[in-house]
Amino acid sequence: METFQIIVLLLDATFRVATPLVLAALAGMFSERAGVVDIGLEGKMLGAAFAAAAVAAVSGSAWVGLGAGILTSIALSMLHAYACVTHKGNQVVSGMAINIVVAGLTPTLGYAWFSMGGQTPSLSGDARFKSIILPFAESSRDIPIFGYLYVELISNHNIIVYLAAAAVPICAWILYKTRFGLRVRAVGENPHAVDTAGISVDWLRYKALIMTGFLCGIAGSYLSTAHGAGFIRDMTAGKGYLALAALIFGKWRPVPTLFACLLFAFTDAVQARLQGVDLPLIGVIPVQFIQALPYILTVLLLAGFVGKAHPPKAIGEPYIKER
Amino acid sequence: MSEQSPALELRRINKSFGPVHANKDISLSVDRGSIHGIVGENGAGKSTLMSIVYGFYQADSGDICVNGQNCHIENPQSSIEAGIGMVHQHFMLVDTFTVLENIVLGVEGGYRLSAGLASARKELIRLEKEYALEVNVDATVGDLPVGLRQRVEILKALYRGAEILILDEPTGVLTPQEADHLFRILDTLRDQGKTVILITHKLREIMAITDNVSVMRRGEMVAHVKTSETSKAALAELMVGRSVLLQVEKEPARPKDTLVAVRNLTYIDADDVPRLKDINLDLKAGEILGIAGVSGNGQSELLEVLGGMLTPTSGSIRFEGKELVGSKAFAARNLRKIGFGHVPEDRHRSGLVLSFSANECTVLGYHDKPEYNRGLRLDRRAMVETCQTYIEKYDVRPPDPYLKASGFSGGNQQKLVLAREMEQNPDVLLVGQPTRGVDIGAIEFIHKQLIKMRDAGKAILVVSVEIEEVMSLADRIAVMFDGGIVGELAASEATEAQLGLMMAGVRDASSGAKAAV
Repeated sequence: METFQIIVLLLDATFRVATPLVLAALAGMFSERAGVVDIGLEGKMLGAAFAAAAVAAVSGSAWVGLGAGILTSIALSMLHAYACVTHKGNQVVSGMAINIVVAGLTPTLGYAWFSMGGQTPSLSGDARFKSIILPFAESSRDIPIFGYLYVELISNHNIIVYLAAAAVPICAWILYKTRFGLRVRAVGENPHAVDTAGISVDWLRYKALIMTGFLCGIAGSYLSTAHGAGFIRDMTAGKGYLALAALIFGKWRPVPTLFACLLFAFTDAVQARLQGVDLPLIGVIPVQFIQALPYILTVLLLAGFVGKAHPPKAIGEPYIKER
Repeated sequence: MSEQSPALELRRINKSFGPVHANKDISLSVDRGSIHGIVGENGAGKSTLMSIVYGFYQADSGDICVNGQNCHIENPQSSIEAGIGMVHQHFMLVDTFTVLENIVLGVEGGYRLSAGLASARKELIRLEKEYALEVNVDATVGDLPVGLRQRVEILKALYRGAEILILDEPTGVLTPQEADHLFRILDTLRDQGKTVILITHKLREIMAITDNVSVMRRGEMVAHVKTSETSKAALAELMVGRSVLLQVEKEPARPKDTLVAVRNLTYIDADDVPRLKDINLDLKAGEILGIAGVSGNGQSELLEVLGGMLTPTSGSIRFEGKELVGSKAFAARNLRKIGFGHVPEDRHRSGLVLSFSANECTVLGYHDKPEYNRGLRLDRRAMVETCQTYIEKYDVRPPDPYLKASGFSGGNQQKLVLAREMEQNPDVLLVGQPTRGVDIGAIEFIHKQLIKMRDAGKAILVVSVEIEEVMSLADRIAVMFDGGIVGELAASEATEAQLGLMMAGVRDASSGAKAAV
């Protein structure tokens, strides 16, 4: 039972860590499928995390905080759109600029407003998303194996974890089964075809970036108001880049991207568990090395195992009408 | 909307891009149910004019009337609504989508796809029957040959209810057989009462299919004539403004020794796709070998391998008996030193640096020669002087060695590249698409230069997608299809029909011709 419990606990942690990755990767999917590179997922998440924590601390409601997080992320996404769609700027530069600005602005504003060294006040009560006990969780505890799985793994997460799980099929449906999705996929492959079909390329990309902002806002809010209890400087810690890597590893498709996120999250859960553990033969591995594991894995996967990822053909290129 | 009014009428259209007056006072009237050709050299303003009709650009002044009614066309959407459909020169298709998805893009009918796709499927099958335009609607567009992709474009326009169909250089990527099939489709469309506007610079097509023809020259409409009342030569004269030779005049070739022998050459690219399959060729001194084929069948790779830009996967290339593959000489720079000249297919990508001035472009690839260097610095005066002599000899306009390469027209850019490569007096000259995007007047000049080099005993390889160019220029013709050589035949024995079949991969068509050496 010992090993079984460890595995379940690892998976449980995996879900919690994967949630922001999944949401951010899906956010990136809309942007990149529409042909706009979004290296600014990190900054949008961080901005949303800060806004959600700050507003939740003041208003006392996690939901109001979530709304603020989403709005902030959409605003940053629109800044990206204004720079790269309207003014055809370089998408990587714009994304990086957003990351740098947000990384500097959040602790500055936090210090100005709360005077707590750039953090926001610790959240408690309704200002945080709490775990939800699913129906029959207690009564099914006694059922062997299944009951334990249900209680420990499926039940007892906060609402955003379930939201992230639901977001995968919903986003897949939007991308593959709706008019909007068809157009987004088309504009990332050949914007000229979209333009000659009488559809505005710019407005379409704006709409895709609104979706990106929306999903990224939820991802960021999760970090500060559900997973954590308040904003800490640089709390995204590269998760935006990890999400982007997962998106590429998942070849810009929703379901493979989900599995990539779960894989990254699992290595993260394993590293948390490995810290300080005395392994046979090897001994205690330095914490810094263990913490680097998910990132090392990212590099290895992207370098070696992705194979031929075919990115959307028009990605990274501003659409300029020509003859 | 009376029956007498023309399907499309343009009145005094003007359009300028900065200082360039692309369309000057253009008026045009296209009869309903006719096929109307618009001819002109590259840069005459045909495409600009049609882009205005399709709402891609706004005219600076002038009116567009559809069925006698003044239409304000401000974007492609309003043009589609007015019943105008366009088949662009570069297909506006999403390669990863199916035919069906491509066609409904923009007219999906509701926010959910499934219902719209089902009704579109029915409508498409009806359209395919009515106009004999068979395409599998569930095929992925990227997998279709170009001829079928073009049908998808036509279907796309018809599905949107187009009554006037504009085709911009539709045969540039087709084999002659595919082009003939396209003409039959256009005939059917005309019989069903649709109006077709055909933009082209190929006079053969105009004579073969159109009812009326309008000629453009330097942004102006110079003539409207009935096709039955004109001739190729008369149209060519109208296009250029003076009479031109449509056929290259040349003596029969007197081939001497084989300079370059290519044996079993194979090239597999980074995606594991075989691009060249077992190629055998001989380049002989004093002879022009032409490579015909629909673009994308390995010609580009062949040129790049011979030019030392790609390393073949296997096979041998011998130059004057010495093996090049695997030797030190096999690199673009070293090949130049031992007597290879290379005019790349794509002058923008590999022939020139567009932001460099003409004199800098003159020495590209030869910039380490001592005459252009003074110590560590480039000898600018020598470069400018060389450039000036090239400009005079090749009649490059404007004659300004300091002008950026991007400031010259396509034909003049090509002359700069040709001058650079030919003036090094190479023993072997590789030429890709010698006259792509070049005016008729400049074509004549370039062809004469190539013949002159041949007569001076050089070995020349010409790769061109223009079948007429290969036929008139080459002494021997090898046809490529799907990375291999389908067959080789003497130019004097080749017919367009036979070459067309070979370009489509039919090996038997070369019967009677000698097999590849």
